[in-house]
Amino acid sequence: MSTDTLPASGSRIPMPTAPPAGVRRPRGAVARRIVLYVALAVMAVPFIVPTIWMIASSFKPLDQIFASPPSIFTASPTWDAYVQAFGFQPFARQYANSVYIAVVVTLLVLLVSSLAGYAFARLRFPGQNVLFLVVLVGLLVPGEVTIVPLFQMFKGVGLINTHWPLILVTALAAPCVLATFIMRQFFIALPVELEEAARLDGLGRLAIWWRICLPLAKPALSAVAILTFLASWNLYLEPTVYLTSPDLFTLPQALTRYTDAYGGEMWNTQLAAATMTVVPVLVVFLVAQRQFVEGLAHSGLKG
Amino acid sequence: MTAGSTLPREAVTTASRAPGDKDPVRRRARRFWTMRRRDAAAGYLFIAPQVIGVVLFVLVPVGLAIVYSLNKWNIFTGRLSFVGGANYAALAADPQLPSVLGATAVFSLGVVVLNIALGLGLAVMLNRRFHGVTFFRTLFFSPVVISVVAWTLVWGFLLQDNGGINAVLAQLGIHGPNWLQEGPTAMGAVIVTQVIRSVGVNMVLFLSALQGVPSELYEAARIDGAGSRTIFTRITLPLISPTLLLTSIITIVGALQAFAQIAVLTEGGPALSTTVLVYYVFQQAFTFNNIGYGSTLALMLLTFVMLLTVLQWQLRRKWVFYEH
Repeated sequence: MSTDTLPASGSRIPMPTAPPAGVRRPRGAVARRIVLYVALAVMAVPFIVPTIWMIASSFKPLDQIFASPPSIFTASPTWDAYVQAFGFQPFARQYANSVYIAVVVTLLVLLVSSLAGYAFARLRFPGQNVLFLVVLVGLLVPGEVTIVPLFQMFKGVGLINTHWPLILVTALAAPCVLATFIMRQFFIALPVELEEAARLDGLGRLAIWWRICLPLAKPALSAVAILTFLASWNLYLEPTVYLTSPDLFTLPQALTRYTDAYGGEMWNTQLAAATMTVVPVLVVFLVAQRQFVEGLAHSGLKG
Repeated sequence: MTAGSTLPREAVTTASRAPGDKDPVRRRARRFWTMRRRDAAAGYLFIAPQVIGVVLFVLVPVGLAIVYSLNKWNIFTGRLSFVGGANYAALAADPQLPSVLGATAVFSLGVVVLNIALGLGLAVMLNRRFHGVTFFRTLFFSPVVISVVAWTLVWGFLLQDNGGINAVLAQLGIHGPNWLQEGPTAMGAVIVTQVIRSVGVNMVLFLSALQGVPSELYEAARIDGAGSRTIFTRITLPLISPTLLLTSIITIVGALQAFAQIAVLTEGGPALSTTVLVYYVFQQAFTFNNIGYGSTLALMLLTFVMLLTVLQWQLRRKWVFYEH
């Protein structure tokens, strides 16, 4: 697979071509098709049932959560767990934290990565290759390795228990480097001729980037946006390390804090909070599937 | 610098190609701010935020980690005292480390084997036209967009001793184990939870690789009388080997970084059975405040990731022949 020349849309799942017309289905094809459906349905269980079970259980009264024999649906649905999710922790605040951090990070990454990706793809300057390698190191080093020194650095400048580390590191290190890489690949594949007329008209590089290249880069930009939003939305280690006040928590961190005075899990409350975290993203995914698959397949291409 | 660099911007941009320009200052300005130099300046400015970000948040921290690994950190005074290779010697003496590395190997290999097998299997099954193929692709991909912590919480809920999975097993007359409280089943649970959540990405990569195999090859093989198993092992697998390699390495590197899954599902337990390296780093550095030793372990993790990446580059050059 040549990742160097693929435009951003290259990872879209292409549909297989239809069998040539007039080819007779061999005997046993129907039986084989039925086997295929049964196999797929069985394999689908662990992919879909946990999500359904989560949503269904969040409406169960606490005493039915571990009922035996198990049933997915309850005869007496209740909103109690949802009310409790907001009462036990500042959940609305935590939700807002996650949303605003993810939005800010995504906007910053779009800006930083499209500028850098454009420059690495189109402009020639001394030291370019070395600088590109330096940037790629950002993909190589896992965030789990740098978190210890980063914690000390942010502690040194008094930014522990603020959202700054979550925003700055995410917007400039790992997810952004991947985005820069994706944008570079996209701009390399974009025909230069599109820009040449503008250059002859005396447009500067900034204007070319903003007025000609960015509008053409919408597929790559949406892939980057989805990738970055989810990366920020899902962060767990970082908020756990940097944040101590419940008012500042983000969603993944908040989800794990629904425990009673004895340290026992408050299952239905936890599942209600998890449902509120998962369902909006799932709905957006179902609406904008293609962009999601493209974006996330890119996250797999980072090697 | 020449006078050119201090000229106001208008003088720079109006420097035209007119050949008979007599003004020496302007001529020098024109010569300095050539198209090429302007592009270079723009290039440096455009990449500056990204480069500064990587230096500040990746390179400097790695440098500091190396410094920490050579020191002992007194948390009361906040001082570093140089101890040389003591933290590295501690690696060899750490009675827990063999178990941690063992768990890391089992987890990473388990994840990579299961993920590749399942991802490839799903891709092969879904690489044809039938009613509902899009539905199934969406379904198998959907856990990828679900937050790791939420996904893991739900699996933790289902894997409780009195949870959904054992309740279903009880209906079938099977007494299920207390999944998360016994070493082997706990490890199995973390592996499966991780694979189901992330296999969709590999499935998509395999699907696009499978569709890159020219259909003439299949036809030719069929005419020669090759069975479907022969076709798969002799044509499909070699031709998608670049993707196979790429996904294996990415998956294993991803598994080396799996923190949330373990923190939420088992907290490394029971005993040390699911304490993988990344979780051990976190515990040493943030639970026990062993900054020096934690950094040494983190550098070990970095070494593993780098070795795998270099291995990928090498193999890509050697083994993968179908690639442009």
